[in-house]
Amino acid sequence: MAAPASSYAITVEINGESVELEVPARRLLVHFIRDDLGLTGTHIGCDTGNCGACTVHLDGEPVKSCMLLAVQADGAKIATVEGLATDGELTSLQQAFNQHHALQCGYCTPGMLMSASALLERNPRPTEDEVRYALQGNICRCTGYVNIVEDVVAAGGGRA
Amino acid sequence: MTTVTEQPVKTLERGYVGQSIPRREDKRLVQGLGTFFDDVRRHGMGYVHFVRSPYAHARIVSIDVSKALELEGVYGTITGDEVAIHTDPFFEMSVEPGGNISDYALAVGRVRHMGEPVAAVCAATRELARDAADLIEVEYDALPVLVDAEESLKDEIVLHDDAGSNVVWSGVFDWGDVDGALAEADHVVKIDRLHFHRFSSTPLECAGALVEYDKGTGEWTLHCNHQMPGVGAIWMAPALRTGIDKLRFVTQDIGGGFGNKICLHPQYVVLCLMARKLGRPVQWTEWRTDQHTANAHGNERTFLDVEVAVKADGTMTGFKVKALDDCGAFPRYEPLGCIIWAQVTPGLYGWQNIRVDFTQVCTNKSPVSPNRGYSRMQHLWLTERIIDIVAAELGFDPVEIRKKNYVKANQMPYETPNGCVYDSGDYAAALDIALELIDYGSIEERRKEAASRRKLLGFGIGSTLDSGTNNFGQSTLLNPDLQFSGNNEAASVKLDIFGEVVVTLGTVPQGQGHETTAAQVVADILGCSPEQVNVRRGHDTWFNSHAGFSGTYASQFAFTGLGAVKGAAELVREDMVQLAAAVLQAPVEAIELADGFARIKDGPEEAALPFMALGAIVNANNAFLPPEFNPTLNHRYVCRPYFGMVDKEKKTGQLTLTYATQIHAAVVEIDPETGEVEIVDYAAVDDCGVRINPQIVEGQVHGATAHAIGAALSEEFVYDEDGTLLTANFYDYHVPHAMDMPPLKTGAMESPSPVAPLGAKGMGEGGGGGIHCIGAAIQDALRAAGGAIVYDSCNPPHRVWSMLQDPEATRANVSVVSK
Repeated sequence: MAAPASSYAITVEINGESVELEVPARRLLVHFIRDDLGLTGTHIGCDTGNCGACTVHLDGEPVKSCMLLAVQADGAKIATVEGLATDGELTSLQQAFNQHHALQCGYCTPGMLMSASALLERNPRPTEDEVRYALQGNICRCTGYVNIVEDVVAAGGGRA
Repeated sequence: MTTVTEQPVKTLERGYVGQSIPRREDKRLVQGLGTFFDDVRRHGMGYVHFVRSPYAHARIVSIDVSKALELEGVYGTITGDEVAIHTDPFFEMSVEPGGNISDYALAVGRVRHMGEPVAAVCAATRELARDAADLIEVEYDALPVLVDAEESLKDEIVLHDDAGSNVVWSGVFDWGDVDGALAEADHVVKIDRLHFHRFSSTPLECAGALVEYDKGTGEWTLHCNHQMPGVGAIWMAPALRTGIDKLRFVTQDIGGGFGNKICLHPQYVVLCLMARKLGRPVQWTEWRTDQHTANAHGNERTFLDVEVAVKADGTMTGFKVKALDDCGAFPRYEPLGCIIWAQVTPGLYGWQNIRVDFTQVCTNKSPVSPNRGYSRMQHLWLTERIIDIVAAELGFDPVEIRKKNYVKANQMPYETPNGCVYDSGDYAAALDIALELIDYGSIEERRKEAASRRKLLGFGIGSTLDSGTNNFGQSTLLNPDLQFSGNNEAASVKLDIFGEVVVTLGTVPQGQGHETTAAQVVADILGCSPEQVNVRRGHDTWFNSHAGFSGTYASQFAFTGLGAVKGAAELVREDMVQLAAAVLQAPVEAIELADGFARIKDGPEEAALPFMALGAIVNANNAFLPPEFNPTLNHRYVCRPYFGMVDKEKKTGQLTLTYATQIHAAVVEIDPETGEVEIVDYAAVDDCGVRINPQIVEGQVHGATAHAIGAALSEEFVYDEDGTLLTANFYDYHVPHAMDMPPLKTGAMESPSPVAPLGAKGMGEGGGGGIHCIGAAIQDALRAAGGAIVYDSCNPPHRVWSMLQDPEATRANVSVVSK
């Protein structure tokens, strides 16, 4: 029996751009995004899939990119935090995070924004409980989530 | 829902200072454009992985790296034997026996905690480095394990042969006359044992660095996330047998620190050796499980044989206690924790007679390091436990007994029995705000309502101080030979050629918003908008804007960090005013800086120079300036607070300079079937003097509260009897998630510090208010179910359930002798 392939060529669309690369079979999607594509806004905060700092959108769904292999993303559309703003124009959610101090060290922020924007996409006017539920896979060690939750609720037009 | 209750604030001249302007750091961070150490890349860099001990205590029989070196793409390895040849042990701060400990960057001959690094391997990719680590064969000979500080004290097993004992440091602190106070008391309340547990703030970004070595100059550059590079260099340079000038620390964005990034020198020394040995840049990013297992835990402390002197009216006159601190396998930043608590010796209370018999020991657990609230939090938890246990045993109201014993506003500034000076504050007023926020008057009604749902409701208070701006002279109370005292921080401010105001900090921010608050301070002094002020990100030793104690720790940025910024900005302002006066031919007194101009007050419109003109004259067009007039528009300032010397005999002195107050109040409901605790109402009141940016201050309050809630209810580093850490990652070590956090109400008051340059006090650590008030609320709730006494700082459901099942076991811990 032939030895299994140790690398594969994959094609992904990342933030609207098509990329084709040869990747080691065992490379995690998050390392592919950070190390191979140089998109370092996606962060790594744990090694067990708990913290959510690496959250990206895979075909529109929020996923933890440390829990997937890069080869599993072959053919997929990926969106990362770098793709949120358009020509430096921040989204209303990014602006709200700045205006109301929803971040301190900023390490969890990309994952928070990706989880929150996915929520707002499928539920444009979430309640506070719905926001907390949607963000429970994203750990923040700085803010106690207070302003994050308020901002996501407010971005949907609700009041926290 | 956040409510802010403002107290009347003394009138102060403020412009941008005092405003909640949005942070300037955020624009890059919300776009994923921050630069954290792990984002730094260099051509040809190698990735380092550490081989770590699976044993808590073992002799290293052999290490064989040959198979790893045969793997293609592996660049090299380092073992403990090489470390012992090429470096010296790290400097130890303690006197004997702890001072004799030999602590190297990798284990030499023996491992003393699970996860201790025994070898390092460097390879072309992260994956290969891990593969290679698996090929390194280490043979261990397991040794008996110590996981209990009291067992450790017996010295039946000794971890460090050089020390000959597990004791790192011990000493008695005796202020006033505690025996007299106990003899004269109407009641003596005795508590046999209280336990403050092990946890840490676990910043989301793990530790790490990319290290480059310049063979030509012998200099190392560390792109890293060390939060106290000044002190890091003091450890590293002698160990590497080099000068401190050969170590350049560069930080950019840092993903949280909380003290846990102060003791990174062992790993960094290995990286320095590896970079030199291989002649290539090397990079190490700590894995989460490694951070939990082997980086930095907070101090675990057991309080034994507490005796409290209480008068009939509830006045407390003193207490004595034996404190047993467990610092894990190596002391490192310790034994400073053996003295740092003394900054808050009497807590918020008027106790005049206090004796603390303090001992610190090593065990086979992870080393500790400063952790948000470092050492004071443990002691403040003791004082709050004392208050609530005394109140419960003698039938005093927890609010009234606090107000009776709090240091009063009219006593400020207040000197404690050990010579510290509480600079300002009104604790009773802050408590009243907290009580109002949680509607204290309705507690009994809510208790009944909860009981109708078969829930036990309880209310508790946590009163804390966040002491800021350390006097490193306190280290001489531990070891009189140490040559540390005082504190300092530097900053530089310049006006550049096109009028750019550039600020360089010596501090090492990790999310505290220094770029924003420094810009606010400079804008007010130079008369421009904060947008015109460019505060450089992070710390760089080569900026020459650092000092011996540079860093961000010990709640001191508001004092020393901003004090340095203020000092440098004022020097630049003086230059600008003199230059404008010379150019505009006006007296210095007639010049004002405002709206980005230096101009003649009430003068004609044209009698104004934009900053650009001033910058250009000095930097590029200066031939006409007379030789005796030399404005540089570029100043470095060191903020060096005055402390005076400590008294080594009496163990007294000004150990720190500012005292921010936090009063927290919690209402909890306990499910008696499961022991689960739900926080149903919570208020945190903070008084940190002048708030430079109230929104940032409130953010720190939220964060410190979340840490305390996690510590109080779930976060605990649990070891089994073999010294295996059972909570080694976020799976088992549960930190609060969005669904765990109760709604927080916040309140603020401002008692400006009379000693701080801007009247602002450091406040980021928060003193662990939540740990205190949640424990108190649990004890209050349990009154209706057997009256257990809360004895541990961490109360997850299983511990609460045990207290419900056997309240007498905890009550046996407490006794009262009344006259």
